[in-house]
Amino acid sequence: MAFISRGFRGKRRDTASGSRVPPGQHVVDDFPVLSAGPTPRVPLSEWSFSIVGELDEPKTWTWDEFRRLPSETVSVDIHCVTKWSKLDTSWTGVSVETILEGVETAADYAVAYCDGGYTTNLPVDDLRGRQAWIAFEYDGQPLDPEHGGPARLLVPHLYLWKSAKWVRGISLQAEDEPGFWESNGYHNRGDPWREQRYWGD
Amino acid sequence: MARAAVLGRLTWQLGEVAELIQETPRVSSLVLDVPDWPGHLAGQHVDVRLTAEDGYQAQRSYSIASAPESAQVTLTVERLPDGEVSPYLVGELRTGEKVELRGPIGGYFVWRAGDERPLLLIGGGSGIVPLMAMIRHHAATAAAAPVRLLYSSRSIEDVIYKDELARLTADDTGLAVAHTLTRSQPAGWEGYSRRIDGEMVAEVAWPKKDAPAVFICGPTAFVETASSLLVESGYDPAWIRTERFGATGG
Repeated sequence: MAFISRGFRGKRRDTASGSRVPPGQHVVDDFPVLSAGPTPRVPLSEWSFSIVGELDEPKTWTWDEFRRLPSETVSVDIHCVTKWSKLDTSWTGVSVETILEGVETAADYAVAYCDGGYTTNLPVDDLRGRQAWIAFEYDGQPLDPEHGGPARLLVPHLYLWKSAKWVRGISLQAEDEPGFWESNGYHNRGDPWREQRYWGD
Repeated sequence: MARAAVLGRLTWQLGEVAELIQETPRVSSLVLDVPDWPGHLAGQHVDVRLTAEDGYQAQRSYSIASAPESAQVTLTVERLPDGEVSPYLVGELRTGEKVELRGPIGGYFVWRAGDERPLLLIGGGSGIVPLMAMIRHHAATAAAAPVRLLYSSRSIEDVIYKDELARLTADDTGLAVAHTLTRSQPAGWEGYSRRIDGEMVAEVAWPKKDAPAVFICGPTAFVETASSLLVESGYDPAWIRTERFGATGG
């Protein structure tokens, strides 16, 4: 039983959007930025994306090769563990399903790694099935560096720290390996609908 | 990377407001007695949860302003005009009343007194709050690391912890503070009077040969500017830890 805060009423949203907002979240119209260090800046000529780890041959795409992969534009709701949610955000990217096409692997786990040293871990199942993308456009424009450009992982069904900014590759692994925030008190999976914010949630 | 300071499950606890301190016209500190507080590190935050009579709930995160050595947990909260939780915490909540919180949270944007590297703190507006926990931790432990704070506020009335910062500077604790006031300055102002820029950073920051530890907290644009200026001046990005406040509707 939660403690009642005398005199607190709150600002309620209409129920139509309310059903799309996970517990403990509130809707914002701006796009807050959170990251643990300076924004890395890598020229596209030096950028590449790789799949490494538990597969026969590591695969690498240059920026031009990556951009020639089939991409799609999706409209999704995103949820940050710092309590804000943003509805109907539009992203363009290459689905991880497409990236993993033809990759033979027995790995159950993945670690996304990034410029700046950030990492985040996910079960491979959370990356497959057209529910995760390597996004390079937001709202029809190239992704801003502060939002993770040139490309970030987008996994909207998990808290946004899993949608790693400045992503440069995915390591496929037999064992789960906690990433940056997952080693710093945050939940290993991060399902917003189960409010998996922190260790033990 | 440091392993977390947060161990085990974070449960909701009740804190009782022992004292309310109006820091500026928009900002107040809530000094809380939290009976089962597990302790925290300087730079960590808590989640606060408010529940209405009909069960409606709202949660927000707030930085801890008090040193780990403090017996009480102090949160410093800026009242956001369109906010949902902050107008309740700053304005409605009274001394002796209780509020639900859980924490501490975050194991990365933290500074420990044993770290002897020169410390550079750069804060914009209420971004000073987690940095103040570090400054208080530094003073409480008489830590060896020299500290420089560059603190940007709109006006002199908006400077949070103004007197305490002046006192700590005068007490020769190893803290030097450079203020900049971006919108208006009082007569005779001797600090900076502009937004943070390369010249200001070059004057205040430790030379890169000192390989300092850097913590930057403030609005997104401020943090982007400050961290980019440091990286451009030759700082290793790995020295710099950031925390950003967007207008997250507090």
